[in-house]
Amino acid sequence: MTLALAFRAAPLAVAALVALVLPARAVTIEEVKSQQGITAWLVEDHSIPVVAMSAAFRGGAALDPADKRGLANMTVDLLDEGAGDLNSTAFQSQIEDLATQLNFNAGPDTISVRMRTLKSKLAPSFDMLRLALTQPRFDPEPLARVRASILDAIAREQHSPNALASRLWWKAAFPGHPYGLSSRGTAESVNAITPDDLRSLVHNRFAKDVLIVGVVGDITPAELKPILDSTFGGLPDHAAPDTVPDMTAQTNGQVEVANMPIPQSVVVFGQPGVKRNDPDWYAALLDMNILSSGGLASRVTLEVRQKRGLAYSVSASLDPLQHAGVILGQVGSQNANVAKAIDVIRATWQRMHDDGPTAKELADAKTYITGSFPLGLDSTSRIASILVSVQFDHLGLDYLAKRDEIINSVTLADAKRVAKRLLSSDNLLFAVVGQPENLTGAVRVTPAGGILQGVAGNGLPAEH
Amino acid sequence: MTMPISRGGSRTILLVFFLVLGIAQGITGPAQAKLFDAESFTLPNGLQVVVIPNHRAPIVTQMVWYKVGAADETFGKSGAAHFLEHLMFRGTKSLGPGDFSRIVAQNGGEENAFTTHDYTAYFQNVAADRLELVMKLEADRMANLVINDAVVTPEREVIIEERRMRIDNSPSALFDEQLDTALYLHHPYQIPTIGWESEMHKLTAQDEQAFYKRWYAPNNAVLVVAGDATVEKVKALAEKYFGPIASRPVPVRHRVEEPAKVASARLSMKSPRVTEIQWSRQWLAPSYNRGDTTQAYPLQVLAEVLGGSAASPLYKGLVIDKGLALSAGAYYDPNQFDLTTFGFSATLKHGVTVSDFEASLDDIVKAALEGGITAEEVERAKQRMIAAATYARDSLSGPARIVGTALSLGRSLDDVQNWPEKIAAVTPDQVRAAAKAVIHDDIAVTGVLMPGPTS
Repeated sequence: MTLALAFRAAPLAVAALVALVLPARAVTIEEVKSQQGITAWLVEDHSIPVVAMSAAFRGGAALDPADKRGLANMTVDLLDEGAGDLNSTAFQSQIEDLATQLNFNAGPDTISVRMRTLKSKLAPSFDMLRLALTQPRFDPEPLARVRASILDAIAREQHSPNALASRLWWKAAFPGHPYGLSSRGTAESVNAITPDDLRSLVHNRFAKDVLIVGVVGDITPAELKPILDSTFGGLPDHAAPDTVPDMTAQTNGQVEVANMPIPQSVVVFGQPGVKRNDPDWYAALLDMNILSSGGLASRVTLEVRQKRGLAYSVSASLDPLQHAGVILGQVGSQNANVAKAIDVIRATWQRMHDDGPTAKELADAKTYITGSFPLGLDSTSRIASILVSVQFDHLGLDYLAKRDEIINSVTLADAKRVAKRLLSSDNLLFAVVGQPENLTGAVRVTPAGGILQGVAGNGLPAEH
Repeated sequence: MTMPISRGGSRTILLVFFLVLGIAQGITGPAQAKLFDAESFTLPNGLQVVVIPNHRAPIVTQMVWYKVGAADETFGKSGAAHFLEHLMFRGTKSLGPGDFSRIVAQNGGEENAFTTHDYTAYFQNVAADRLELVMKLEADRMANLVINDAVVTPEREVIIEERRMRIDNSPSALFDEQLDTALYLHHPYQIPTIGWESEMHKLTAQDEQAFYKRWYAPNNAVLVVAGDATVEKVKALAEKYFGPIASRPVPVRHRVEEPAKVASARLSMKSPRVTEIQWSRQWLAPSYNRGDTTQAYPLQVLAEVLGGSAASPLYKGLVIDKGLALSAGAYYDPNQFDLTTFGFSATLKHGVTVSDFEASLDDIVKAALEGGITAEEVERAKQRMIAAATYARDSLSGPARIVGTALSLGRSLDDVQNWPEKIAAVTPDQVRAAAKAVIHDDIAVTGVLMPGPTS
């Protein structure tokens, strides 16, 4: 019982401490420039013999030609399927024997690669990466096999309530824009992709002027510099330009429903958000944490889950893309209750718009957002991803050191103003997949033909 | 493209709330306690404590593992263990519903919990100077949980929604649930961790209170602290907060014995939501704890040899050379309290028939068993597995999970520590012998999930 009083009294006092104690500066970032002028951000950590690297090329699946949608996605799936003198099996066997982890990914705004290697295998691992980026083979066997896998993934998406709801949402919110289209493409566009298309993507998009590199682990600047040159030095200087236009999500309160015989309706919902470089970004980040973080303490979780038992999972957050800012959320609720869950979300949304957060909520969100950030700095690969993300958003070498201060400088007036500016319960677009009951004003859509896939984030881990 | 070697379904780990970022990933990763420098001690009340110092960043992970899971539920009360995991967030004698999570968040912490058939674990990731706070919180709910209708009624709806999301909305999860009932004839592993829906509806506050009283005691728990902490400090805090909680008699985990399997089974299901045939074949197999446990290490190497590599017989043979499957692999997880499973899984290429696929698979497996597993393949697999263990040190929660899993299954820190040596010592003969002991067509459970109208 004594315990009890301590708890009730503690949080505020404790909260005040957090900002003082918690060091995002647990990491020291150094900018390393190679002889050939390739820049990387480096965090040295010699505690274990492991090196992680994360790299991204600006420009992702949104740049795929309209009739070749899925090109970036197919390319990254094939980069480790044979390169240089090594066919698919030989390439992958070599990676396995090095015990190196190598993953490529195509997001809407970037094509990225993550690698983790043992210190003792540093040079051969980076050499494999060089081969993959500069001499991928695109042999007929892996090409046919990967194409078949992608076609199956496209077919499966139509039967996955989560994937389908997401596609419907993006299709409705971004008509005529690449963000509204599936980054996997359609069966037709994927079947149209040729080895020449794949080669031209590699040639046009993997270039030094759009390259971002983050390295973490058991490596010194002197060791890193020649590796940067040998790995990336052979890339062309310039990439094809980013021609994707900016767009605001077209949401106006519509509720779209696709029928699927499942007991729980899956709902993706959202509205326009803010882009990462918006001056209101941090206030919006705090507002959304209070309103709808995935944790048990957020307002929507409290209303939808804790009080009413309407869902297991409900959350919404900022999704900053290069050419659009979006707020995107998801909830799953049994068919009989989903209309109610949507009503509760709308009402909770509106209350945040009207009144904004309380001073206490804002203070708590600040301690959470500043305090939890260093928790993500526990592994070399996670830090490397953050280094790339911070560079992608042009936040500066001192961003991690300044971050707490920036977040703590958001005032209650800022948070209220931004909640009012940003949040609109009338505009929320809901895409529902299932057999929802009592849903008024819903538009039935058939998910046939030109179904679109959602894109979540810019393909990089959030550094906010 | 990678080779999926996955096992979904009813034995998936369940979390108290959904995390998009994938903390839910299964506990695989072998490791060395030596590498982690883990130290262990036991409080007078029986609480086992492990400290895994890691001073790379001023953060800590606290995990409390209870040696109880869904397989320990009273027959007819399926879902009780997982339901209790949820209720652990709904308040104590001194904290209201939601206070726990609010306090953790207010202090910049992250938290979650998960339940399996064999154990239930709770964790917080916090700044190192918040360790005392979260330890106070965990100790509080170990002893003072409040379970009443006011929290049970809405939370029961939440776990049923969780079941709908994870299982009922997914044909493959539903099918895996059915496969488990064929795989285990009698053992409670045949019952889904999340519970059968009809029984979940009937779980009461009294049921949950009884489960809590029966199993949640310091002498049935393991506290793991990883990160920027010292043994001295953790010991002092553990004595202060967990020390006063009295030990209680906890039942011996007595699960029914699985009878010998003498028949094979083949289950099939059609769903219009399936696009390509998903095929699996499974056998009961020894775990670290049950059956011929000496096979636990050779079987790990066997799974790696057969399906863990681009050059492995399953992947190269079925996916690349013959082009019969989009993916193919093998899986085995020795971390179960009772018998575990060894299995193959594949997604068939469009137009390939099950019988053609199985004929090829049988040839490949037969060739592998009859001398096809070479010393070189075994060596290569072992090297890969041991090298990868270094990566296990490259996180805070990874080592905590590996150690916590082992100890909550009744294994020792030494067992974890010796993993690389045990793997290194596996011989090709042992791999072949383990394969022959486990892989028998006449006791296999084969699952075929295929496209088609529901009948």
